[in-house]
Amino acid sequence: MTAIHLYALAGVGLFTLGLHALIVHAHLLRKILAVNVMGSGVFLLLVALARRTGEAIPDAVPQAMVLTGIVVAIAATALALTLMLQLAAETGHATLPEDQRESD
Amino acid sequence: MATLVATMPWGVMLILLPLAGGLVCFLLPGMARLLGLLTVFAAALSVAGLGWQLHEVGVYRHLLGGWGAPLGIELHADGLSLLMLAATALVGSAVSVYATAYFEREQAVRFWPLWLFLLAALNALFLSADIFNLYVTLEMMGLAAVALAALAGGGDALGSAMRYLLATLLGSLFYLLGVALLYHGFGSVDIATLAARVTPSPAVWAALGLITAGLALKTALFPLHFWLPPAHAAAPAPVSALLSALVVKASFYILLRLWLEVFADLATGVETLLGVLGALAVLWGSVQALRQSRLKLLIAYSTVAQIGYLFLAFPLGMAAGVAAWNGLAFLVLSHALAKAAMFLAAGNLLRFGGHDRIADLDRVVQRLPLTAAAFAVAGVSIMGLPPSGGFIGKWLLLEAALTQGRWDLAAIMVLGGLLAAGYVFKVLGHAFTQAPVAHEPRVVPASMEWTALLLALAALLLGFFAAPILSLIGIGDAFDTPEIGS
Repeated sequence: MTAIHLYALAGVGLFTLGLHALIVHAHLLRKILAVNVMGSGVFLLLVALARRTGEAIPDAVPQAMVLTGIVVAIAATALALTLMLQLAAETGHATLPEDQRESD
Repeated sequence: MATLVATMPWGVMLILLPLAGGLVCFLLPGMARLLGLLTVFAAALSVAGLGWQLHEVGVYRHLLGGWGAPLGIELHADGLSLLMLAATALVGSAVSVYATAYFEREQAVRFWPLWLFLLAALNALFLSADIFNLYVTLEMMGLAAVALAALAGGGDALGSAMRYLLATLLGSLFYLLGVALLYHGFGSVDIATLAARVTPSPAVWAALGLITAGLALKTALFPLHFWLPPAHAAAPAPVSALLSALVVKASFYILLRLWLEVFADLATGVETLLGVLGALAVLWGSVQALRQSRLKLLIAYSTVAQIGYLFLAFPLGMAAGVAAWNGLAFLVLSHALAKAAMFLAAGNLLRFGGHDRIADLDRVVQRLPLTAAAFAVAGVSIMGLPPSGGFIGKWLLLEAALTQGRWDLAAIMVLGGLLAAGYVFKVLGHAFTQAPVAHEPRVVPASMEWTALLLALAALLLGFFAAPILSLIGIGDAFDTPEIGS
């Protein structure tokens, strides 16, 4: 029981850590990695909580959710990396434009 | 024939048609335009079929592969789903006709598969009945929407799309964490099952906060709207129309659905916060819209303001129920039509003059009368003047606010309407006057002008059909919150 809580807490910790990194870091690659760490946190939480019933066989539904979530995360990461490369090729730096369009 | 219409699995077709159409468009780029248009029309017909079915038989339910909840995935449609599907079909059809004339060949090849995937995701989202399926459709929608927002290329569009992607992923992860907590607490992801089982507990409060925050970010509720204006303004006009009219409404729909069914009993206090943020969104968005010098940014900030109205309905609806929710539903539909019309009109002006600087519109009223009319008529609905659909929605909300003695919310609604009049007339004023610098105009195809005008007229005429539309929305009693219904 304590081990499961430990995993769940680690999941929440990863989520928070990722959120912090997403806000603090400017480089897009770090932001994309941060989102992936947040996702892993949620997945860890889901897998840990699948053992909640305390039986020998864990609940299969959260595991199926994690598998689906991984597929989504891969697709999102691929799109994000492509966008980042395009943006870097276009503007010369892989960061979000600080000043927005209404200034011009 | 009638039995065929009554028994067809319209909901499945609504998802499969655009999904298959998108794949085929991707594989056969030469036929993308024709295939895409046909698919969108077929999907729109399916919505009509589903509407007929709902009217004749009642709430639609389909067990995918014959597996029901809790293990299988169910499709479910009531009046509220039908409203969202109909808005998607109407806006989608008009934007598709517009897009056939708008996009050059290279861009059309990229636009059609992405738009059809987006359509499949939207339809699936409005038909989903479990919170995890909603997560998957939310992500499908987000990825397709971001790719569409980046379609124009160039640093501006790519940067905005990147910001949009990070915001939408962050929102989804908050939502997913909430889903994990709800599943852990009650052992189900089916909305109806959750609604029956949910009881107040710290985990549920955390889930409520996470899901609401995540979806508010994706819906661009003030102050989480930072990503919306640049992304919607930098996208090509048909894409801006789809994003503003439909995509932000989809995450809002999930929020509304969960609040109506799962969180209805435990939400004391949070709906007040949503109402306050909505009020701030109305004021901030409108004032920002007034300050813009670019037409597309003005329209995008107007979306931020109009989303505020949707959240004003939460404190009213949670307290009094049906009238405020009906007003909200009307606002969602009329804003979708009017805002799409505005963005399409802006696309015409951009094509015509080669720019969207409001001060240099240069007598478009005389030179592009249909487009100017489309913008003005859509503006009538955005301002909430009779007889438009926007008027009916705002009137129902205002009435609910007055009967509940919420003078503060009523004042915000009226003030928001005045500010909307300000930014609409700011554009129209410049449309009548001559600009100091003349531009060489380009030809705007008639189909692009007419689709904008027809959408705007639809938003206006919505007001005349309030009673039948409200009775369609009432199928399945989505707005009967537990305290009133049972």
